[in-house]
Amino acid sequence: MSVLEIKNLHVTVETEQGTKEILKGVDLVIRSGESHAIMGPNGSGKSTLAYTIAGHPKYTVTEGEILLDGADVLEMSVDERARAGLFLAMQYPVEIPGVSVSNFLRTAKTAVAGEAPALRTWIKDVRSAMDSLKMDASFTERNVNEGFSGGEKKRHEILQLDLLKPQFAVLDETDSGLDVDALKIVSEGVNRAKEANGFGLLLITHYTRILRYIKPDFVHVFVAGKIAEQGGPELAERLEAEGYDRYVKA
Amino acid sequence: MTTATEAVKDGAVQHGLQAHSHGAGVPIQTRNERMRSTNVADFPPVTPREEQWRYLPAARLKGLDADSLSEFVGDLEVKHSDGVTTSWVSSDHPAFGAAGTPEERPSAAAWGSAEQAYLITLPAEQSSEVQIALTSESTEPSALHLIIEAKPFSKASVILDHKGDAILGENVEIIVGDEAELTVISIQDWNEEAVHASTQLAKLGRNAKLKHLVVSLGGETVRVSTSAEFTAPGAEVELLGMYFADSGQHLENRLFVDHAVANCKSRVTYKGALQGEQAHTVWVGDVLIRMAAEGTDTYELNRNLLLTEGARADSVPNLEIETGQIAGAGHASASGRFDDEQLFYLQARGIPEAEARRLVVRGFLNEIIQQIGNEEIEARLTDAIEAELARSDS
Repeated sequence: MSVLEIKNLHVTVETEQGTKEILKGVDLVIRSGESHAIMGPNGSGKSTLAYTIAGHPKYTVTEGEILLDGADVLEMSVDERARAGLFLAMQYPVEIPGVSVSNFLRTAKTAVAGEAPALRTWIKDVRSAMDSLKMDASFTERNVNEGFSGGEKKRHEILQLDLLKPQFAVLDETDSGLDVDALKIVSEGVNRAKEANGFGLLLITHYTRILRYIKPDFVHVFVAGKIAEQGGPELAERLEAEGYDRYVKA
Repeated sequence: MTTATEAVKDGAVQHGLQAHSHGAGVPIQTRNERMRSTNVADFPPVTPREEQWRYLPAARLKGLDADSLSEFVGDLEVKHSDGVTTSWVSSDHPAFGAAGTPEERPSAAAWGSAEQAYLITLPAEQSSEVQIALTSESTEPSALHLIIEAKPFSKASVILDHKGDAILGENVEIIVGDEAELTVISIQDWNEEAVHASTQLAKLGRNAKLKHLVVSLGGETVRVSTSAEFTAPGAEVELLGMYFADSGQHLENRLFVDHAVANCKSRVTYKGALQGEQAHTVWVGDVLIRMAAEGTDTYELNRNLLLTEGARADSVPNLEIETGQIAGAGHASASGRFDDEQLFYLQARGIPEAEARRLVVRGFLNEIIQQIGNEEIEARLTDAIEAELARSDS
């Protein structure tokens, strides 16, 4: 059983208008096997939370802590965090020209596992993970994210989630830009990976529709850099009916 | 006549970030007015006032700009498939000068100094392969003249591999006959102190296809000037290049595509990486679309990746267009540092920073290496890039 604790997290970012505080004291505890949804209007700081956990250099933590089973995550480099078991499925995965998906996946798996995977089982694992995400076998020969459609990029992120088997997965608006069919395939992929690996899930989303496929145990409403309200799945239903207006106006 | 230096149609113009110059302050001279001669005395001394020598000080040529050079004394080890013929021919042979005329002083010096040319004839209507390993240990400024003649309807690949120490002025003539399909790969993998000025002149016949690839890795100063001239419609050139400059190295590539006739196509793609103090690369890509060249389709691209501070990449695309009736013309040039988002993405998957950098550079240059189509050479060049990158870690 692992636990990811976020305590009183304050984060700033440099803008043209100077330093701006985006997160203003976030507290959150996620345990293995739990699913947490973070919902909130645009600009509330949801993605900042995701990227701060992963260690993006653009964000500066001014106060607070992130602990993974008691270890100080903020002291770790980006790759150390990934090797410690944190995974971020990105909203806008970048293209890496000339690097094939198969080479990338194998390099990442080797880094995370600390040793190269046995070739035969690895190829089988990749193929079966791709099959269940309805990805064509030729996909591995393409360059990472190069010329991928929106849906292909998201499937590729979930493919990595499935293969890298993290302790905690943060999904940053994985549902955005997906049509109904793709949303279903991607959500099933997340559920399957979670069932197999038992990771703790932090699902960041603007809309409630993905929560029809991935059932959260906890819902947190994020407004102006803080958690404004939290509850069970019923909170998502209420947001679906009412929107964010009552938080934004308040 | 109109002269344009920007994309006019279907072309994206994308300008770079840093250490990127764009031809400011140079008097515009249309490319077809440039002097051509086989006589070295017709050329003025090499000075930075001349556009051609703007980036390369004469001292770096170590005598290749002299009036005469000695004969090349290194080894030419040639392997070829059946049907290919090779011979030394004198300057009155019809193939000598058939692909073009020098436009620069070192090229003219080498032209006049090489009494004979090594002629490689690729037979018509069959497939052939040639590998030439050129090695030298001499540091006398010397001259070499090679002629590659691809007969009509031939299909061939020629690899020209330069290694060792040399101060070499070289002319490579490439004659691509009607309907011929030729690949020429020129690898500059010299020792540290070598100096090499290579002029590669290609002339293409009707429906001919040329894929030309320049790989420059080793050598103190390596300048490859490649030109392609279309003489009949329907021909295509693909000019590819890859270079990796270390501290103190000067690697220069100058290209000229002469669209003199209608309905030809050209693609130029050069990619380079630079690391270390005073690593300097220059890429100048001239494309001339003459009045008669209706239906021309051209695009040129140069990208440079600066891995450290203190390196400098100059990238200058020039497009001159004398007719509006073209299918497309464009260029893109960008020189920049590492894309931090790429590094973040790879690191977020557990890959340590140094390895992530290697993966990005390898990928960036791989796009060109993958085009070679010879596994042994691809592997050797990939290893050479790994070795360069390993140097940057230490």
